[in-house]
Amino acid sequence: MNKVKELPGDAIAAAKTSPSIGLSVRAYAERVRGGDMGALPAVLGLIVLCTVFAVARPAFLTAINFANLFTQGAAITVIAMGLVFVLLVGEIDLSAGFASGVCAAVLAVTLTSLGLPWYVCVLAAIVTGVVIGVTLGGLVAKVGIPSFVVTLAAFLAFQGLVLVLVREGTNISIRDDVIVAIATRNLPPWLGWALFAVCVAVYAGIQLLRARKRTTRGLVADPMSLIAARVGALVVIGGLAVYVLNLERSRNPLLTSLTGVPIVVPIILALLVLWTFVLHRTAFGRHIYAVGGNPEAARRAGIPVDRIKVAAFVICSSMAAVGGIIAASRASSVDPNTGGSSVLLYAVGAAVIGGTSLFGGKGRVLDAILGGAVVAVIENGMGLMGYGASVKYLVTGSVLLLAAGVDAIARKRASAAGLR
Amino acid sequence: MTPLLEVRGIDKSFGPVQVLHDVAFSANAGEVTALVGDNGAGKSTLVKCIGGIYPIDSGEILFDGKPVHVHGPRDAAALGIEIVYQDLALCDNLDIVQNMFLGRERRRGIMLDEAAMEEQAQETLTGLSVRTVKSIRQQVSSLSGGQRQTVAIAKAVLWNSKVVILDEPTAALGVAQTAQVLELVRRLADKGLAVVLISHNMNDVFAVSDRIAALYLGRMAAQVRTADVTHAQVVELITSGRSGDLGITQ
Ligand SMILES: Nc1ncnc2c1ncn2[C@@H]1O[C@H](COP(=O)(O)OP(=O)(O)OP(=O)(O)O)[C@@H](O)[C@H]1O
Ligand SMILES: [Mg+2]
Repeated sequence: MNKVKELPGDAIAAAKTSPSIGLSVRAYAERVRGGDMGALPAVLGLIVLCTVFAVARPAFLTAINFANLFTQGAAITVIAMGLVFVLLVGEIDLSAGFASGVCAAVLAVTLTSLGLPWYVCVLAAIVTGVVIGVTLGGLVAKVGIPSFVVTLAAFLAFQGLVLVLVREGTNISIRDDVIVAIATRNLPPWLGWALFAVCVAVYAGIQLLRARKRTTRGLVADPMSLIAARVGALVVIGGLAVYVLNLERSRNPLLTSLTGVPIVVPIILALLVLWTFVLHRTAFGRHIYAVGGNPEAARRAGIPVDRIKVAAFVICSSMAAVGGIIAASRASSVDPNTGGSSVLLYAVGAAVIGGTSLFGGKGRVLDAILGGAVVAVIENGMGLMGYGASVKYLVTGSVLLLAAGVDAIARKRASAAGLR
Repeated sequence: MTPLLEVRGIDKSFGPVQVLHDVAFSANAGEVTALVGDNGAGKSTLVKCIGGIYPIDSGEILFDGKPVHVHGPRDAAALGIEIVYQDLALCDNLDIVQNMFLGRERRRGIMLDEAAMEEQAQETLTGLSVRTVKSIRQQVSSLSGGQRQTVAIAKAVLWNSKVVILDEPTAALGVAQTAQVLELVRRLADKGLAVVLISHNMNDVFAVSDRIAALYLGRMAAQVRTADVTHAQVVELITSGRSGDLGITQ
C-alpha cells in the first residue's frame, strides 16, 4: 500500500474524539431533520396504531392476539426482507408474492404427490426460488428489460404456474408435522427464555468487543452509554415479548395448554442476523449498496454490477420461497391463492414503511421487520374492529402510499439540505 | 526511455460521431504530463478508454512497452493505473472510507476489515490535509464539492499505483487546496509515478508539468516539453490545433 505522507501545511484530519451519547442523539436528530428518517416513521406508526387498537378493542392486547400477530405477519415479513435486496439495487420485484405461491406449490406437490421427506421438499421449494431469481435477474441485468416489466410479466405467469401445479384450483392440504409446526407451533417456554438470553448475550458481546477493538486501535467507538442503551432496549422489548408469549393463551387451559414463542420468531431472527451480516459485514453487501447508490461509480470501481443485481433477485426470490413455506404451513394447505391477492403489496409496503427507499441504495433488513409489524398490526387490528376486506385494502393501500410519499419527500428534503 | 504508459492510433466513436481520431499519447515515469484541450476535445474520453470504461475502436495501449488489453476498470487497476474521473464517481449513500475502498475492500476471511480500512483512509486523508471533514464515517452526500473531489483524489493515491490520471482534479477546489493538490501531483511524479494531469488552467499546467499534450477536436495536436513552449503557443495549440511549425499539418 502506498501511503502518501503528510503534505506541508496544517495536517489536521477528522476529529478523533469519542462522541458522547448526547452527540450521537444530536447527530441522529440532524439526520432526521435532513430527511433521512430511517425506521422512525415505522416505529411511531407502530406506537400510534397499537395505542388506537388497544383503546378501541381491548382484545388487541391479549396474549393470544399478540402471538397471532407474529404468525399472521411472518410470511409477508420474510418476503419483504428479500424485497429489501432488490429495492436496494434500485429495482423492483412485483412477482415476489406469486413466486412464494409457486414455491409453496412445489413444496405441497413434492410433499403429497411425491411423498418426499420434508427437508427435500423445503430444499426443492428454495431451489425453485433460486431458479426464479436467476431468471428474473438475468432478464433484468443481462438482457436489460426494466424490472418493472419483467416482474409484472412474471406476476401473471406465476399465477398460471401455481394453477398448473395445484391442478386448476384444487386445494392441496399439508399434513407433514414438521412443515405444519413452522407457523402453528411454539417453543417450550424455557427455550424461549434461553433463546432470549443467548440473543442478548451475543448482541452485547459483539457490541462491546467491537468498541474495545476500535478503542485500542485509536478509532472512534460507540460510547458505553449508547451500547448500554441499545442492550437495555433489547432486554426490555425482548424480555417483555417473551414473557407475554409464555403466558397461557389457551381458551381452555385444562384441555390444551398453549404457551411459548411461535417457532416463526426464531426463524425470522435467524434470517435477520444472516442478511444483516451479509449486508453490513461483507464486501458483497457493500457492493449491493454501491450499485443502488451509483451504478456507474460501482462499475468504475470494478464491481460486476449485473451479477450483483442477479444476486439480489436470487436472494429476493429464495426469501419469497421461505415466505411461501411459512404461508403454506400456517394454512396447512396450498391453493391457487397462496401468495396472491394482497401478499405482494403488503410485502412491498412492509419494506417501504420500514424505511427502505424505492429509489435504491437505502434500507436495512430490520426495516422490513418493523414495516411487516406495522402491516400485521393494521390487518389484525382492522379485523378485530370488524372491518371487512374493503376497508383493510383501502387502509393498507393508503399506508403504502403514505410510506412511499414519506420516502419521496425525504429524498427531496435531503437534496434541499444538500445531503444528496 | 520507454514511456510507462503509451497509446497509439486510438480511434473512438460514439455511434456516428467520431470523438478520437488516431490519437497517440504517452506518459513517462517520474514526469507530470499535462493533457490540455478545449471543452469537448476528447480528453475525458481518452482517459476513459485508458481506464477501460469505454472500449476502443482501434489502436493499442502499451504499458511499460508491452501491449496490454484493458477490458474493464479492474484490468486498469491491476496494471496500476488509478484515475480520478471528472464526474468523480462516488456513491452518495456510502461514507468516505467505504467509497475509498469501493471494489477493493480489505477483508479478514469473509468479513470486512473496517478498522484497517478506516485507519488507512485516515492516514491518506491526513496526508492530503483534509481539515474540514467532520468524520471519515460521514456520508459522501453531505460533503461539499471540494471535499468530494479530495475524497476522489485520496481514493486514487491510496493504492500502490504506477500511473495516476487526474481529470480536472482542482476544478472545485479553493486556492489552498489547489496548491496542495498540485504539490501532491509533483510529489507523486518525484516518487517515480507517471502522472497525467488534465487541466484548463495554464498557470497550473506550467507550474507542475514536464510535458504537455494538446488535443484539438479529437486529434493529438502536439506533445511537447513544457520548457520548450510558451504560454501563448499552448493556447494556440488548444484553440486552433497548430502554432508555428507545431501542431496538425493539413
Ligand atoms: N458517452 C458519450 N456519448 C456520446 N458522445 C459523447 C460521450 N461522451 C463524450 N461524448 C462526446 O465526445 C466529445 C468529447 O468529450 P469529452 O468529455 O472527452 O471532452 P473533454 O475534452 O473532456 O471536455 P471538457 O474539458 O469539457 O471536460 C464531446 O463532443 C462529447 O459530446
Ligand atoms: Mg472532460
